[in-house]
Amino acid sequence: MRHLDSSANTSLLKTIQSEWSGKIIRAEENRNMVVVELDKSQLVALMGYLKDKHGFDMLMDLTAVDFLGKRDIRFEMVYMLFATKNLQRVRVKVPLGEGEKVPSLIDLWKGANWPEREVFDLMGIEFENHPLMERLIMPDGYIGNPLRKDFPLKGRGEDYLIESILLPVKQELKAK
Amino acid sequence: MGVEKYLGDSIFATSLSSVANWARKGSLWPYPYGTACCSIEFMSVMCSDFDIARFGAERPSFSPRQADLLLVLGTITYKMAPVLWRVYHTMSEPKWVICVGACASSGGMFDSYAVLQGIDRIIPVDMYVPGCPPRPEMMLDALIKLQKKIQKESLNDPKYQERSDYLQRIFEESDIEVKK
Repeated sequence: MRHLDSSANTSLLKTIQSEWSGKIIRAEENRNMVVVELDKSQLVALMGYLKDKHGFDMLMDLTAVDFLGKRDIRFEMVYMLFATKNLQRVRVKVPLGEGEKVPSLIDLWKGANWPEREVFDLMGIEFENHPLMERLIMPDGYIGNPLRKDFPLKGRGEDYLIESILLPVKQELKAK
Repeated sequence: MGVEKYLGDSIFATSLSSVANWARKGSLWPYPYGTACCSIEFMSVMCSDFDIARFGAERPSFSPRQADLLLVLGTITYKMAPVLWRVYHTMSEPKWVICVGACASSGGMFDSYAVLQGIDRIIPVDMYVPGCPPRPEMMLDALIKLQKKIQKESLNDPKYQERSDYLQRIFEESDIEVKK
């Protein structure tokens, strides 16, 4: 079984700190993983750098966290990258205020398409240069973003959806 | 059922419904609409330990056109609701619905933003089975109770006419534009 080289994280952290000093907010090693926090303007550049220069060829996950009432900057995008060659992982975080847009990573990883739509659907964070910024999980016509902390846990009573979700089926049956 | 109009005045059909109902209740073809753990429970209802075949419902129909009995087995989300609605309205008359489990009946423990709080908000239901998930005996009990209900039905029951007019009526009421 292959394992991560024990010095890989330390050397990656040093390289990032020296080459990206001033462009990132902070970089540290946390739980056997390098964590980089930076502004959204540098995101695509850093992701391209990690993918091309350090072999992080896989976007494991892409999600968002809502820090309502806990931090001044409300949202935080979290990207998990994985290098399939040397089994290394890195976490990239981008703090985002309410209503701010974040650049899409579709040019780097095509697999970012649906996770970004999921974040848009459930968190209400919009992505720039995304080909189809529509809801992925909730039905069309849904009001609100259910994973935001100010969304009520039990929902607001979603029966208003019934009419709009049944309409396409009725149209189809009528056309026959 | 519409048999009466073919008979005309020649036959006075007093016992026809009891014969037809006897035939219907003994050959219910279920359509298992399984979306959650209740459908796992339904598998044991189908298998030899409990054996739904004893009640004439051994033939699961995976085409709604050939099914009499819609078994809703599991959580129905708002995203899934149009599919269920379509399956129900694709079934031909006569048709009955058994709503199995807490989720399908009332949303169950999923009192959340994504789950339909009971399928009776979109389609009519004949029999509710409580439980999470219900024991196989409870599903069989629901089937027996449904058979008793079917035996009491009349062929002139206005519900058949009502349902056949239903699609026409909602099209008129909702004023749907059909795309060509």
